[in-house]
Amino acid sequence: MISDRIFGLVVTVVALAYIAGATQIQLSFLPDPLGARTFPYGVGAVMAICGALMMLRPDPDPEWPGLTTFIALGFAVAVLVGYAYALKPLGFLIPTAIASGILSYQIHPRVHSAVLTGLGLSAGLFLTFKYVLGLGLVAFGRALIG
Amino acid sequence: MDLLSNLALGFSIALSPYTLALAVIGCFIGTIIGALPGLGPSNGVAILIPLTFTFGLDATSALVLMTAVYYGAMYGGRISSILLNIPGDEPALMTTLDGYPMAKAGRAGDALVLSGFASFVGAFLATIGLMLLAPLLAQVAFKFGPAEYFALYLLAFTTLGGVASNNQIKALLASAIGLAIAMIGLDNSTGQPRLTGGSLHLYDGVDFLVAIVGLFAITEVFFFIESHGKNTSIGIRLERVRIPWRDIGATRWTMLRSSFIGFIAGVLPGAGASLGSFLAYMSEKAIAGPKGGFGTGVAKGIAAPEAGNNAAAGGALVPMLTLGVPGSGTTAVLLALLMTLNITPGPTLFSERPEVVWGLIASLLIANVVLLIMNVPLVRLFVHVLSVPPWVLLPGVTMISFVGIYSLSGSYFDLLLMVGFGALGYFLRKLDIPTVPVILGILLGSHMEDALRRAMVLSGGDWKYLFSSPIAIGFWVVAVAGLVAPIFLRGKFRKPQRVTD
Repeated sequence: MISDRIFGLVVTVVALAYIAGATQIQLSFLPDPLGARTFPYGVGAVMAICGALMMLRPDPDPEWPGLTTFIALGFAVAVLVGYAYALKPLGFLIPTAIASGILSYQIHPRVHSAVLTGLGLSAGLFLTFKYVLGLGLVAFGRALIG
Repeated sequence: MDLLSNLALGFSIALSPYTLALAVIGCFIGTIIGALPGLGPSNGVAILIPLTFTFGLDATSALVLMTAVYYGAMYGGRISSILLNIPGDEPALMTTLDGYPMAKAGRAGDALVLSGFASFVGAFLATIGLMLLAPLLAQVAFKFGPAEYFALYLLAFTTLGGVASNNQIKALLASAIGLAIAMIGLDNSTGQPRLTGGSLHLYDGVDFLVAIVGLFAITEVFFFIESHGKNTSIGIRLERVRIPWRDIGATRWTMLRSSFIGFIAGVLPGAGASLGSFLAYMSEKAIAGPKGGFGTGVAKGIAAPEAGNNAAAGGALVPMLTLGVPGSGTTAVLLALLMTLNITPGPTLFSERPEVVWGLIASLLIANVVLLIMNVPLVRLFVHVLSVPPWVLLPGVTMISFVGIYSLSGSYFDLLLMVGFGALGYFLRKLDIPTVPVILGILLGSHMEDALRRAMVLSGGDWKYLFSSPIAIGFWVVAVAGLVAPIFLRGKFRKPQRVTD
């Protein structure tokens, strides 16, 4: 109940912001009866209505995980974001080993198997991508070898 | 005979050693992807697209490879359904109902072979159907103008929501989210930036591949972290594999009927393979009556959903190729592939690029035979795939997704966006909001808007133009019916629950 209501509220607010954003679209001088704003207006309106309906007629709540799991999920997101930033400066091997090791540990909390998974995936995927599939991956980034 | 000469053209392309090898590789990879729990046809094909693109395969080869993967994954999905009681994806859910009980009764081998054969019948008949129906539909589609296309897109969105989800409002919301994302970027006709929030990264818009991989593959990782991979129970051992001729013979009519139903369900825009297997199973259950023993591990209960879902997979290619409107999540992903390769699906595809269409159809016929061989005598090989633990599989899938998306653009921004879509997907799936309409919205949004704008330009801003042809009116009626009817039918079409131990 409450989950759908909150999500519906968020959606409605985002949809209104979206419509507000759409009013700022510059129109062209070319003859165009519909213009660049109408469709975004329509989509925003449908979104807002659906959000409102979700608040009015919510489904039963799903099973949410506990706080610790949410922290773990947040940490996983942080790891992936860090991985996205690290991939270019540090190259493929080290960030991949760390990121996949952490994810592996989060799914199955055994240090031994997580370390092996990290090292194995990093080396295995690098060899596969670089030499079997011919992608231009960099093993160690500029930040490491200079 | 047009058909025969076209097929000859198709086979001349498909039988070249290179294309043939691609089809075999695709079938093999596809079956593995389908068999792996947590990886279905949609996310499997999605993470492979960026890679296919970077290999520099030409259009026909890329299409052959990926549709072979698609068909393969539809076959492979049954393996985890039967042995682990875990459907690899939504369409395979119905196969667990009788497949798992049969496997528990010590007939795992029979269940696998029977379902493999049923898959073959369904997919083969559907490919024939595709061959016959697609050119006809393409002829009709030539008459479509912007008004008809706009109504058709609308129909795809409303029926998708109506049939595939438990709550219309949520499905409609999902489509709207997708369409809203599709508007971001430079406007097609004026070149002005829209809704980018001033970010230069967003001027090119949101790449649908980023959204697809994020929503399908990255979201899956979050679910596995939440459950610690606990749902991947140790399944049933496969003792010996032989061909259960008696069961195959007894289910021949079931397979034919289910293939027919599945194909029709697949052709309807927005319905897809889940509906195909569901309708096939339910109608066979109704024909057999309470004495049929459906749900206790009977042969017909395995043959029906497998024939149905594979036929639907073939049927879903019909609207995708002829109209550019996909009928399911996976065909949406294949449509994304076509767009990435700069091929515009639609009626002109059949007249301008016959080698692509017929090469594809011929490859599908070949892929089917290859898959039958792989999935009946060699099924043991794929059963081993199930023993890959999730704590290796999911990190691996994530890393492959990152490399794939990174190789598309080389920008960290797309990777961040992908992680964002992954997080969004987690909440959407938790709240039972379907993610396929989001994808479809992103894919079709700009086409839908273009159709509407062109219609308005043609008519000088007269809205009545949208309802000016019988075809367009027909689409509008079905679109509205698709949105409203399921509200009344909901009580009658409850999906059966999974068998629990």
